[in-house]
Amino acid sequence: MIEQTSELEKKPVPTLVGRLKNMNLKLLVMVVAIIFIMLLFSFMTEGSYLSPRNISNLFRQTAITGILAIGMVFVIISGEIDLSVGSMMGLLGGGAAILDVWFGFPLPLTIVLTLGAGLLLGLWNGWWVAYRKVPSFIVTLAGMLAFRGILIGITDGTTVAPTSSELAIIGQSYLPNMVSLMIGIGGLAAYFGWQKKHDLKQKSYNIEVAPSTPKLIKSVLLGVAILSFILLLNDYRGVPTPVLLLCLFTLLGTFIASKTRFGRRIYAIGGNIDAARLSGINVDKNKLAVFAMNGFLVAIAALILISRLGAGSPSAGNIAELDAIAACVIGGASMSGGVGIVFGAVVGAFIMASLDNGMSMMDVPTFWQYIVKGGILLLAVWMDSATKQKR
Amino acid sequence: MTKLLEMRQIVKCFGSVRALDGVSISLEEGEVLSLCGENGSGKSTLMKVLCGIYPSGDYEGEIIYKGQVIHPKNIADTEALGIAIIHQELTLVKELSVLENLFLGAELCQYGVMNYALMHYEAKLLLEKVNLSVSPNTLVGDLGVGQQQLVEIAKALSKNAKLLVLDEPTAPLTESETEILLKLVEALRASGVSCIYISHKLSEVKAISDHICIIRDGKHIGTRAADVMSTDDIITMMVGREMKQLFPREDHEIGDVILEMKNVNAWDKANSQIKKVNNASFNLRKGEILGISGLVGAGRTELMECLYGCYQGKYHGEIRLNGQPQSIKNSRDALNLGIAMVPEDRKKNGIIPIMAVGQNISLSAIDQFCQFGVMDNVRESSDIAKSIKKLTVKTPNPDISIASLSGGNQQKAILARFLMINPKVLILDEPTRGIDVGAKYEIYKLMFQLVKNGISIIMVSSELPEVLGISDRVLVMHEGNIMGNLPNQNLTQEMIMDCALAEGVPA
Repeated sequence: MIEQTSELEKKPVPTLVGRLKNMNLKLLVMVVAIIFIMLLFSFMTEGSYLSPRNISNLFRQTAITGILAIGMVFVIISGEIDLSVGSMMGLLGGGAAILDVWFGFPLPLTIVLTLGAGLLLGLWNGWWVAYRKVPSFIVTLAGMLAFRGILIGITDGTTVAPTSSELAIIGQSYLPNMVSLMIGIGGLAAYFGWQKKHDLKQKSYNIEVAPSTPKLIKSVLLGVAILSFILLLNDYRGVPTPVLLLCLFTLLGTFIASKTRFGRRIYAIGGNIDAARLSGINVDKNKLAVFAMNGFLVAIAALILISRLGAGSPSAGNIAELDAIAACVIGGASMSGGVGIVFGAVVGAFIMASLDNGMSMMDVPTFWQYIVKGGILLLAVWMDSATKQKR
Repeated sequence: MTKLLEMRQIVKCFGSVRALDGVSISLEEGEVLSLCGENGSGKSTLMKVLCGIYPSGDYEGEIIYKGQVIHPKNIADTEALGIAIIHQELTLVKELSVLENLFLGAELCQYGVMNYALMHYEAKLLLEKVNLSVSPNTLVGDLGVGQQQLVEIAKALSKNAKLLVLDEPTAPLTESETEILLKLVEALRASGVSCIYISHKLSEVKAISDHICIIRDGKHIGTRAADVMSTDDIITMMVGREMKQLFPREDHEIGDVILEMKNVNAWDKANSQIKKVNNASFNLRKGEILGISGLVGAGRTELMECLYGCYQGKYHGEIRLNGQPQSIKNSRDALNLGIAMVPEDRKKNGIIPIMAVGQNISLSAIDQFCQFGVMDNVRESSDIAKSIKKLTVKTPNPDISIASLSGGNQQKAILARFLMINPKVLILDEPTRGIDVGAKYEIYKLMFQLVKNGISIIMVSSELPEVLGISDRVLVMHEGNIMGNLPNQNLTQEMIMDCALAEGVPA
């Protein structure tokens, strides 16, 4: 009996392989899609699409949608939706611009107040969803309208400008080349160190450690990718601060999703809410926290947005929620909950930004941009359900 | 009188299981035939064959209706013939009015426009037939369950049903509602409509049937005239089977009372008029296996949900653990006190299908692997591996999706989940439903191992042999009341069934 199980453990298992294949397939499709988009646009723009300057731009454009998508993916994993994100970002940005321009608050205070306000708006949405049992679609649809209304009210429908030069740091500055290299190398070193420690710990618990050769190859590839990413951006002006923020929050989000109790519970709630409740999970509290976290990330995105625009405007962030939702779905999140990865959502945001950027460079009329983006979204989800049905 | 319906030697298999093994029934015009049998004996399967839910060709044997062999392919076929089934779960649209429900799918139209005046007139006639004095414009959702049942019957009559199948129609009804329904069945019989009546309430069965047919384990045990049978006869015929399965019974020590529940009352979450648990009190000793028996709907699961803090409707009652009164508001509270429950419906309330086996197992005990909310994945996998080994969950590795395991192994994984919190009291609701004999045996063995280690187990089960084979003591519930508290010494299935069907005063 015991022998049998150990044999089973060693054998490659079809279902796992199938799952890996499926995961890799999704990743592969995304990579192919990105390469295809890149090649197409660089051909159409005679190479200027892939210039360091445009790549830098592209990543900067990804930052806002990417950060929104990180918050959104948690909401979607928990089986809910947040349609208020765009208006909320506009409102928080507008508020921050008013504090900065009209009242001349010092930057740190503006940031703290904006982040606090983001948290509160998230809690507001979450409270209605979790404790008042109003469907999130409705709660956040109401928020979408109300937040936009408040924004227009407090700005009197005018653009609040110009923002202070300190505020511009968040969205417009670049890291010095050396600093970003140091951060990159430091981060890699920390990652390898953590992995080593993990292996040692696994050994101490008598758990079989994964073979080292594939892991080494993976590590080398990761190192090369990160360093060349930094060098590429350094070739223009350096790593833009918003991109650094995006990277930080991607790491943090991934950590929360895969390494914390909170993350595990969100997946469980989205996977089977009844079973989660009976397993002793406080479903309401966790849902509230998910919305609060989303609000916090929206506040970050809002600060980047007004810093980049140099102004708070009543129409800022219009339909940004749809970009964020599309990014999550393209990145493999399931609208029925329980499924989704942070990194996938960020890659999804990158794909959306690539399309935006490329089509703008080619002077594609705005109406075509909408049509293409809509088509891509539909295609991505259809591919997902088509592969699921085959299984 | 002429034969209206004959079902001859019906055999229906699910894989290798013969759910129906040559059952024959016959029914005359204006006759009421009752079907009796334990849960899972094949009554409902037989009715599904009759009504075309299992299409002709899916089973052996023949159905003769009004002297002709019929081959129904679906429900529409049998409805056209005048056979209507009324399921235990009502199939009315609550948001629509009585009138709209009565004519749903068969609206009276003129050029595609509904003729409300005509439907209103017809609806009134139908409602009169079933003695329901409500306006046809009332929303079905505003009616009580009993009235809804009558609407359902009126709907069947609107299709000129000659044969009405009632599958446990009185289970959700109050006594006065039941009386109205029984009177209606009498009236229908007088007007020439035949009925097949399925119920666990033997007094009802005896009162309204002409004949009673008893089915056990898919076999036809016998059909007799109702007036020559006593309730005892029916029970003996229903349960009289030999015990074939083996129960790995082991001696274990039973200690002092660890848990007490007093005066527990619970009301239906949809209809606060209906009591699901009525003043139930019991206690549980350390190292004891307490079986809870009773028919489906007797309030067993509801009572357990009150203990585990997850009952959805209104309830109150007193819970004492080791003599200390406790307030359990949700399952987290219960788990913190060392009370765990493996739920009845594995798919709906147990597994999280898209998560891995390992993650499913550690779900309730995540706190143990956390420091400041960050999980120690290595310690987690190590404990999961131990748990999988201990409970012999047959999975290639802990990282595959739990949905790909067999039912028995899923059940073991869910059991592992709740054992990980080291419970003192373990509630198992139908722990062996839908799993194979081998896995059953392993779960029984595990249960004895657990009680030997001082854990107390409450097992809710509908399988009498299991209750008798495993429990130290058996509580029997009937319509929300605890009717019996029987030590498992010289206890027989008949004694439990007597209690479960009895209509005396609560013990």
